[in-house]
Amino acid sequence: MTDTTPLISARGISKHFAAIEVLRDVDLDLQRGEIHALLGENGAGKSTFAKILAGVHRPSRGTLTLNGEPVEILNPIVAQKLGITLIHQEPISFPDLSVAENLVLGRGDGGWFARVPWAEMTRNARALMDLLGVRIDVTRPMRGLSIADQQMVEIARALASDSRLIIMDEPTAPLTPKEVETLFGIARRLRDEGRTIVFISHRLEEVRALCDRVTIFRDGNKIATDTIGNLTDADIIRLMIGRPLKEFRHKARAQIGDVALKVEGLTLPGVFHDISFEVRKGEIVGLGGLVGAGRTDVARAIFGVAPATSGTVTVAGKRVSITEPAQAIDLGLAFVPEDRAAAGIFRTLSVEENISAAVPKQVAPAGFIQRAVEKALAQESVRKLSIKLASLRQPIGELSGGNQQKAILARWLLTDPSVLILDEPTRGIDIGVKAEFYDMIGDLAASGRAILLISSELPELLALCDRILVMSEGRLTADIARADATQETIMSAAVPRTARAGVAA
Amino acid sequence: MSAIQTPAARELPPARPRWQVIVIRPETMTLVLLILALFGASLLSPYFLDVGYILRSFTLSAEFAIVALVLTMVIIAGEIDLSPAANMALSACLFAFAQQAGVPMPLAIAIGLFAGLVMGAINGFMVIRLQIPSIIVTIGTLTLYRGLAQVIAGDKSIRVPDWFIGINTVLIAGIPLTVLIFIVMSVILGVVLSMTIFGRQIYQIGTNEVAARHAGIRSQRIKMSLFLLMGLVSAVAGLMTASRLGSVRYDLGLGGELQMVLMAMLGGTYIFGGRGTILGTFLAAWLLVIVSTGMTVANVLPAVQLVVLGVLLIVSIIATNFIYSRTQR
Amino acid sequence: MSALRNILLRREAGIAVMIVLFCLAVGTQKPQFLTLDSLRIILLLTPLILIGAMGQMLVVVARHVDLSIGSMLGFSAMVTGMMFKFHPEIWWPIGFLVSIGTGALLGLINGLLVTLFRLPAIIVTLGTLNLYRGLTYIVSNAKQIDRQYVPSALKAMSQTSPIFGIPWIIFISFGVALLTYIFVMHTRVGRQIFALGSNPVAAPLRGVAVTRVTLLVFSISGALSGLAGILYASRWGFVNPSNTGSGFEFQVIAAVVIGGVSINGGVGTVLGTILGVLLLGCVAAALPLLGIPGTTQSAIYGAVILIALLIDRTVRQQGIKSLTRARA
Repeated sequence: MTDTTPLISARGISKHFAAIEVLRDVDLDLQRGEIHALLGENGAGKSTFAKILAGVHRPSRGTLTLNGEPVEILNPIVAQKLGITLIHQEPISFPDLSVAENLVLGRGDGGWFARVPWAEMTRNARALMDLLGVRIDVTRPMRGLSIADQQMVEIARALASDSRLIIMDEPTAPLTPKEVETLFGIARRLRDEGRTIVFISHRLEEVRALCDRVTIFRDGNKIATDTIGNLTDADIIRLMIGRPLKEFRHKARAQIGDVALKVEGLTLPGVFHDISFEVRKGEIVGLGGLVGAGRTDVARAIFGVAPATSGTVTVAGKRVSITEPAQAIDLGLAFVPEDRAAAGIFRTLSVEENISAAVPKQVAPAGFIQRAVEKALAQESVRKLSIKLASLRQPIGELSGGNQQKAILARWLLTDPSVLILDEPTRGIDIGVKAEFYDMIGDLAASGRAILLISSELPELLALCDRILVMSEGRLTADIARADATQETIMSAAVPRTARAGVAA
Repeated sequence: MSAIQTPAARELPPARPRWQVIVIRPETMTLVLLILALFGASLLSPYFLDVGYILRSFTLSAEFAIVALVLTMVIIAGEIDLSPAANMALSACLFAFAQQAGVPMPLAIAIGLFAGLVMGAINGFMVIRLQIPSIIVTIGTLTLYRGLAQVIAGDKSIRVPDWFIGINTVLIAGIPLTVLIFIVMSVILGVVLSMTIFGRQIYQIGTNEVAARHAGIRSQRIKMSLFLLMGLVSAVAGLMTASRLGSVRYDLGLGGELQMVLMAMLGGTYIFGGRGTILGTFLAAWLLVIVSTGMTVANVLPAVQLVVLGVLLIVSIIATNFIYSRTQR
Repeated sequence: MSALRNILLRREAGIAVMIVLFCLAVGTQKPQFLTLDSLRIILLLTPLILIGAMGQMLVVVARHVDLSIGSMLGFSAMVTGMMFKFHPEIWWPIGFLVSIGTGALLGLINGLLVTLFRLPAIIVTLGTLNLYRGLTYIVSNAKQIDRQYVPSALKAMSQTSPIFGIPWIIFISFGVALLTYIFVMHTRVGRQIFALGSNPVAAPLRGVAVTRVTLLVFSISGALSGLAGILYASRWGFVNPSNTGSGFEFQVIAAVVIGGVSINGGVGTVLGTILGVLLLGCVAAALPLLGIPGTTQSAIYGAVILIALLIDRTVRQQGIKSLTRARA
């Protein structure tokens, strides 16, 4: 590197959303030919910073220079013209257009009525795919491509526009280790060509394996930038959370009782196969695995959202057939879904209505809603879970993520469930509120409920669960007792094995 | 996006003042417009100060208004039905055809009502079971039902027995029967929508159907019952129209879907579902009657009235959307 | 053969097979249905629908729908007819400009309402369907433009032929289809319409000027309705304020949906749409031959729309399945 001007220099970058400052005076230089990790907790500001670089957001204050020249990155199109590409975790795609078209869309050459050079486009797309060493038919539509393949298309798109800066926002979460390896190989090659890669991840081991330097964000501030070799994992974690990592352990070890939920041979072809396990009263059973392993699908099947085609479910010793959630609720099951906005809350309806949604018979015994009863139930829940709100009649969309999640949990506690399925209950929630949730989950088990906890966060599983099940590619691959559970045992079961896949097919 | 949520936890926004919640809503706009329309119309003609005159005018739109009440619930549930006017025509044609062919009247009426129910079931089946968007399904069934009415009745009009004619001229306590039916329906459906769990769940489905299903709300069953109710009420409205007109043609209620959608929209029903009230539609129905009667009194051409209705529809959705976007953050 | 094309072609082949089977079935009853003469009848039934369907296809691909095309057709035809009637001195081909321009303006208004106020197109165009029809009465004073005012050169376009006895009007309609094909397959904005319909949220991130593309799509739909308007005057020789174009939207939507344009946006081909129009034309031509009264036509269109929706749904699901399988 003879030229030492940074590729991009950010000076004093700040960003407000409404009255809330999410990024404060960030100074950062990105060098040519480096892989630079951005680390921080959810909401620390790293993604916002990345989006400012990519023109998705505009900074409220501060300047950016590219190759020493001041630039204004007005929108993603400008960013692309400047050679900056952001690869989202869920890649943007146009499912009905071909792969080759997806590659060139947004290149912006020519006006409205410029010709579309199909032959050239296809040729170039093939060349890029060869360059990346991935075999994707570029004439097929995007619909149906795996996430990994879609990411490859995004990377190819970055190369097609000859991007100098490629930002990858948590690219590895949905990938298998083999796909991660391919991705890392490509990233290294791009770096060696002199391009700059910004890599956002939660996984320290990946950052260590791939990146040259790291920058750590906390609460909207840049805390530190250093060469990865100069920092230990403990250093990084301390910088990220601002205090030494406290071990979460649920206090009361609950009395483990009879089998509350038993699942045998549950199968939904193409999604999950032959799933069998049981959860006992007072027990917290973890369900780990990579994103896309089919964990959520199993939960949805048990709860009747998308029933399985074969296999049996037994609740409290009785064989049951659950084809819709209403039946599951009657049987004493409860399910806090992963995607709060899509499957949990009624955004524009009041907190009160949201809390009472699953217990119509309590609030309206004769079909008519008894406001007083409803209000009392909601108030009690708000007090018990210490939900912070201005009014029970306020739309739930106005609450913070953590408080919304508490309200959803409150909804389910009103049904007095004997089996509680929690799908990533602490995703996108403040560290402080997270600890509250862990306590609550522990208490719920202590009160004799059976809990199935789906989580991608290994420390969460290790801290809370009595037993951890692991799924990989739609199959149950491990049932690990608390004593034997470590990050390594879980991960090794979560990782898909080609041999296993061979047997499956 | 997660970046925004976390800091927000620290500063809770205050709840909106209660008077704002009560006053700033689309129904207020409807009410204000209704008062203005009444005032304007009474300047135009002293007839409008006569309640009897307004009630008589209302009988001309009462059938559509009744269906619009149910349509309001369908739209709140996040669906739409453009086929009710065609449904009215087909059920009325079937009824008239049957009684002309010698079927006893009670049976003929039953045939008409049953046909309406079946039509609602077809809509419901395609939307709920087959998961095809209701917009396009009901465009299809609108064409089909109206077409079948034409097949049955041809270009002729079928007379109905004399005793069946004139439901709109029957007065009960000075109120025409059809208007009374509308008022009673409004009260019943208003109570159902605002005070029962069934009504509550309609709002929840319209706000977020996935979440509703996860909360154990049987959304498919509720939507199906709405489509069935829609079919049945349309058939009733069709027979009422037949009674008012004294004869049935395939073009009975032609273009009625515009008026029905207009009543719902003008009453502040949110086109994307989850918001709206029966009160709004109730007020809007009166507003519409006064506007169109006013135009007739003022000798405005029917064509111009069509233009006014079209403009009103568009303006009312714009206004409703605007009010909702202001009140939700 | 590319994978994308493969999947789309399967759908078009399906419609083609349906057309052939239908014609053969009718042919066994009425052999005269399988003659060139009846082909000419079928083609003569379709030009207006074909032109309207090209515009509607673009609108549906962009995830909207335009219910007002019949009224736009009627209004443009009326404006043009009045020009013929009250200004016979104007050279008649100017009528094409007037009609197309009027239609484009009405379409633009639809587009503006949809984009500026973020309203669903279905409600907007339900409103303008009535609005434009009312305006047609108003400008015309509810009077029909009679045969004697429509220039005979214009009327002749539906009878005289440059070649093979095929009238001009059919050439025009297929010319429009060809231009549409070039537009959607070979221009950047044409592809942007598909991108927009395929993923409206992501489209602006990829440089699709959503507002302008939407306006363009609605304007084209209007302009083509306008073209269909003047051709209506050519074909039928009169313009009536209430009949002209009424119900046009249902025929066109039926054709487009049969032609495999997905109501979920992003999917549709010119060839498929042409085949959809032809299938409708065959049905319309066969009815009188089979002694089925004309009053059934509307019911048949309705049934055809519903059947096409069912097919669309099944094909779409299987398409996704086969793609996922191909990967595994």
